[in-house]
Amino acid sequence: MIFGVDVLSMLLGGMAAGMVLFIVSVGLSVTMGLMGFVNLAHGGFAMIGGYVIVLTMRRWGLGFVPALALGFAVTALVSVAFERLLYSRLYRATELDQVLFTIGLVFIMIASVTLLVGPENQPLILPPALQGQIDLGIIQYRTYSIFLIAVGIVIVGALWLGFERTRVGAQIRAAVDNRRMAASLGINIDRLFTITFAFGSGMAALGGGLGAEFLGLDPQYPLKYLVYFLIVVAVGGLGRITGVFYAAALIGILDFVLKKYLPQGGTLFIYALTILLLLARPQGLFGGKPT
Amino acid sequence: MSVTTSASAHPAALALAGRHRVRWWEAIPWILALAFFFAFPRNLGFGTDLLVTILFALSLDLALGYAGIVTLGHAAFFGAGAYTVGILAHEGIWTEPITSLILAACVAAFIGLASGLVLLRTTGLTLLMLTLCTMGLLEESANMGAAYTGGFDGLPSLPIPPLLGLFEFNPLYPKTQYLYVLAVLFICFVFTRTLVYSPFGQSLTGIRENTLRMHAVGAPVRARLVICYTISAAMAGIAGGIWAQANAYVNLSTLGLERAATVLIILVLGGYGRLYGAFIGAVAYMALSHFLARVYPTAWQLGLGLLLVLIALFARNGILGLWDSLRRRLRRKRAS
Repeated sequence: MIFGVDVLSMLLGGMAAGMVLFIVSVGLSVTMGLMGFVNLAHGGFAMIGGYVIVLTMRRWGLGFVPALALGFAVTALVSVAFERLLYSRLYRATELDQVLFTIGLVFIMIASVTLLVGPENQPLILPPALQGQIDLGIIQYRTYSIFLIAVGIVIVGALWLGFERTRVGAQIRAAVDNRRMAASLGINIDRLFTITFAFGSGMAALGGGLGAEFLGLDPQYPLKYLVYFLIVVAVGGLGRITGVFYAAALIGILDFVLKKYLPQGGTLFIYALTILLLLARPQGLFGGKPT
Repeated sequence: MSVTTSASAHPAALALAGRHRVRWWEAIPWILALAFFFAFPRNLGFGTDLLVTILFALSLDLALGYAGIVTLGHAAFFGAGAYTVGILAHEGIWTEPITSLILAACVAAFIGLASGLVLLRTTGLTLLMLTLCTMGLLEESANMGAAYTGGFDGLPSLPIPPLLGLFEFNPLYPKTQYLYVLAVLFICFVFTRTLVYSPFGQSLTGIRENTLRMHAVGAPVRARLVICYTISAAMAGIAGGIWAQANAYVNLSTLGLERAATVLIILVLGGYGRLYGAFIGAVAYMALSHFLARVYPTAWQLGLGLLLVLIALFARNGILGLWDSLRRRLRRKRAS
């Protein structure tokens, strides 16, 4: 019984971390799948969103949900400006140029946040309703973790519906599978990409705010977690919402368990597993056929 | 009249045949490096660091600039070389500088060969991720094996005996280190220069420009890439090993993403695929960071970010590329 409770609490903790990873990475997966753009600055949008959410809550006394909505909107707007002015010039550039450009963007974001807000960590103060423990019948668990899992599942459900059942979703799926064919069918790829990019950055902003409680929030955020976001996308497959969900849950739980039992070398296993997986299935664990 | 004379008379053929010739200006960097030694005896520590960075950037140029292997994990080999020298010296197994440098090159080359054999099957984003993960793997291993690597703190104060038994490594007045690194850099540079103008180097450029066509003409594309990656890794290992010797310590920073990203930035800043880009980029970057980064670290990062964005958008061939297009424009003006 004790063992079962232990396993359950680990699963829940890992799931909660995985949901944050999912919310941040899902936009990256779709934009990379859509344009093949190597966007290393995605974590930067998560950071911007996180700062908007945490700072408006603390300085303006905004509620948690309005702050999340504001963070989403602000980051989406900022990302549209970046996308139209800068990213769009580099769609046909080489990977190296895209890598350099996005690393440069990360540096700019880190420096701007350090100048504007300061280099220290910004703690997220949870609303009272989400603090403390909740009784799940079998075990007591942290309310916020359960809240994160619930939010993650709602979001993956909504995104899946949007992806599978709406016109824009169908266009995105078509463009991910074959961009040229989709374009020649009259789908406006550029507009589609702008929408997806804005939405994905907004999601990252939500993830940055929701995860600030245990990932922390400081100017180094985009570089610190870059590899994690990329691993989730690579494992989940490009442009696959459910794939990213499973990959994020898997990596969240794996990381949680490994950190508990192997506090020294947990990350080592994640790197090793990612290498093996990418060699065996370059399209990711849940990706479709290689194109 | 044979075919050869008529072919060599063609200006394009002449230019191709004369590509590898030593130009007069190629002596300038070495004269400057020697002049630096006499002119700034107080800044030799900085100079040594600069020369090591040039060597590291040169090794990346071979893989990225000539073979077109886009990697984010080149610090893996730098760190492998540094830790080889560090562990051997720390455990008291082997301390002689030149031979331990060769050992560092061998270890890094082995890691390059082993990882290259599997990684270079892939391209694009997967390759980028795999190089990143390989470096992460090594970094975490170094962090975990604290018994040998010192973990997070690294290995301080390595005992490095005098070079050739004659020249003391003095940490406060690094005369020996500077000349030693300069000599190693010169040897590595001559080797790289010969390599890129050899038929092997030409085939690497061919692979970078059009992999499909190189397959079609029957070039052993993967073998060439793996060999190039291994050589590049060995040179990065030498850079790492000599860094460890010159500083007499090793730490995790030799293996991190920051070092890998910095060397990539340096190479691109100078211009990749053109040998001297590593020199120009390293001098520009190191001089700026030496004076700016300590006084205004945030402004430095902001400026660096802006610079990268501008390079990616407008100046894809770096400083040397800008210089080339400027010269071409001047020449066109003169001709008209």
